[in-house]
Amino acid sequence: MTSARNHLDPSLLRGLTRPRPVRPRRDVLRLLGAAGAGLVLTACGVQGQGGKQNVTRSQVAQYWAGKTRNGRLSWANWPGYMEDDRATLKAFEKATGIKVDYKEVIQETASWFGRIQAPLAAGQSIGFDLMVMTNGIQLEKARQLGYLAPLDHSRLKTFAANAGPGFKNPSYDPGNTFTVPYVSGITGIAYNTRYVDEEITSIAQLFDARYKGRVGMMADSQELGNFGMFLIGVDPEKSTPADWERAAERLRRQRDAGIVRKYYEQDYIDAVSKGDVWLTMAWSGDAYSLAGPDVKFVVPEEGGTIWTDNLCIPKTAANPVDAITLMDWLYDPENNAPLTEYINYITPVPATRTVIAEHARRAAGEEKKELERLGSSPLVFPAADDMARLRHYRRLSQAEETRYQKIFEPISKGS
Amino acid sequence: MAGPTRRRAAPYLMVLPAGLWMLVFFVIPLVLMVSLSLQTGNLVDGFRQTFHWQNYTDGLAAYGDKFARSLWYGLLATLACVALAYPAAYWIATRGGRRKPTYLSLLLVPYFVSFVLRTVAWKLVLTDNGPVLGPLRDRGLLPADAHVLDTGLAVVSGLTYNYLPFMVLPIYVALERIDPRVVEAAHDLYASRFQVFGRVVLPLSLPGVYAGVVMTFVPICSDYVNAEMLGGPRNTMIGNVIQSEYFDNSAYPLASALSFTLMAILLVVIFVYARALGTRDVLEAARR
Repeated sequence: MTSARNHLDPSLLRGLTRPRPVRPRRDVLRLLGAAGAGLVLTACGVQGQGGKQNVTRSQVAQYWAGKTRNGRLSWANWPGYMEDDRATLKAFEKATGIKVDYKEVIQETASWFGRIQAPLAAGQSIGFDLMVMTNGIQLEKARQLGYLAPLDHSRLKTFAANAGPGFKNPSYDPGNTFTVPYVSGITGIAYNTRYVDEEITSIAQLFDARYKGRVGMMADSQELGNFGMFLIGVDPEKSTPADWERAAERLRRQRDAGIVRKYYEQDYIDAVSKGDVWLTMAWSGDAYSLAGPDVKFVVPEEGGTIWTDNLCIPKTAANPVDAITLMDWLYDPENNAPLTEYINYITPVPATRTVIAEHARRAAGEEKKELERLGSSPLVFPAADDMARLRHYRRLSQAEETRYQKIFEPISKGS
Repeated sequence: MAGPTRRRAAPYLMVLPAGLWMLVFFVIPLVLMVSLSLQTGNLVDGFRQTFHWQNYTDGLAAYGDKFARSLWYGLLATLACVALAYPAAYWIATRGGRRKPTYLSLLLVPYFVSFVLRTVAWKLVLTDNGPVLGPLRDRGLLPADAHVLDTGLAVVSGLTYNYLPFMVLPIYVALERIDPRVVEAAHDLYASRFQVFGRVVLPLSLPGVYAGVVMTFVPICSDYVNAEMLGGPRNTMIGNVIQSEYFDNSAYPLASALSFTLMAILLVVIFVYARALGTRDVLEAARR
């Protein structure tokens, strides 16, 4: 090696190691480049796309014209929202011949929206024909920006016949223009009874210093903000920016005292099941469908939030007819019951309750007990007075949203 | 005429594919991002160019501590990488013998698994009642409320682990290139083993360390996966902030401004580092 290096032509070595003399031409190029960059800097902005939430009948017809069933669809959903053996999807395929490619890719509404926003803005496919979005800031944005396909209600007859009164024409999507509910759920507290030796009943216990480093809160700024507001006795739906500041102050104190171990997305279930956190903000159905037997779920006495996860079709979907077929099919109580039995959330199809009762009559042993519990569970079929304790997310205008996010977003990021 | 012209054009033609690639996928996006970092607006109403330089000062004011933490974690993890990588590389280069390729590939085997999966594995290992902390606590070696997951220690450990090969490989290459006769000569001149290492081997391997530090420090400072999965609310790094500003809040201008601030800081740090350690020394050492 060394001897070979000695034979290297010295001029070549010089060429390799020394910078070449700078030529004036480069300065010209540099100037041109800078001028060009300046032009580009001023030229490009991102067009506003707002104001697309109002849809006329002809726009609906226009969207669906020429669309046909293709025998397949891909569906983006949250973990824990379908039986492990995908029985509902198999039944759907058997009934309609449509194959479903089902992916549990959604962990949080905000990060999901972040992922799909760029392709949708560019009018490109996101690889999914059907997705589930929670009512809230991001769904509102997707509606306003025209990212969602307007639903053709002539194809949603089963929905019209069976959807519960609370699930039709919701305030966040008047006339179900873009969405139909998949399930509703309650945000409350889950705790691991192996580690917590008292009864957890209130949000104040999430702020108790004895659970230092053992409390999980949610990273979602709406969920987090709501719990802060419940703590200071404010109804989130009627809250003002001053309330937000006060709630944020309490949440920040809770964090800085080291009480909060982590701000979670969907992964809180794993942490509370393993005992990394002992009590955490949680979604009602998860505590049954995903967490271990030691985890208990409660609706806090200060109040809980009720939210709805909605089925919607991205405008760029390749198989929208197949997607809307599935939407409608899920509203048949016979089809909806097995799903509800597994996921334990509030179903938008009230008639499912009689089907579950029928299943319970035919079942035996453990399974019978489980189905009976489910049929009478206030978390799956809430009674009117339960519903009265539950609050909805506040709808935020564009200006309010910016302010809200500025107040609550930094908390989970440690600022 | 055609001959010399073509010969003069040849080098330019040869860099054309790479140059085009850089233009389309690096320069243009970079210019667009600079432009974006000076705009104001929101997703629904659109963003407009207003040359709002405050995006930069706002970003620094709001997240200055996250920048500092990223650099601090970057420093710690890089030092840990050097401490772990140097002996390993030294051993492979000097004692590896015929098995050198085997040892190197063993080092790389875990990296055939996805980055995210490897980090999830750390989560399973470090969980409070997991295989490491569980037994230690049961034997009373740890206080009941001690935990590693969701702390800075977990984040720095994860970072160190994930970037280790980028440190081992350049150091190994530098050590491997040292002419054994130089070492022999030092011994012949009655240098002790420590003197041989300190005055011959170490200086000759510094270019490898230098390259390794650049290759690990820069990506570590902008990493967000480790802080996201292994850290708690007090371990947020600047990468997490940029990620959430961009994807969760759609605050594109602020996220772009933060990215460029990070880029500028890293460039300055690397520049100072190169000056301090001396690129000239490195080049000289490489030429020898």
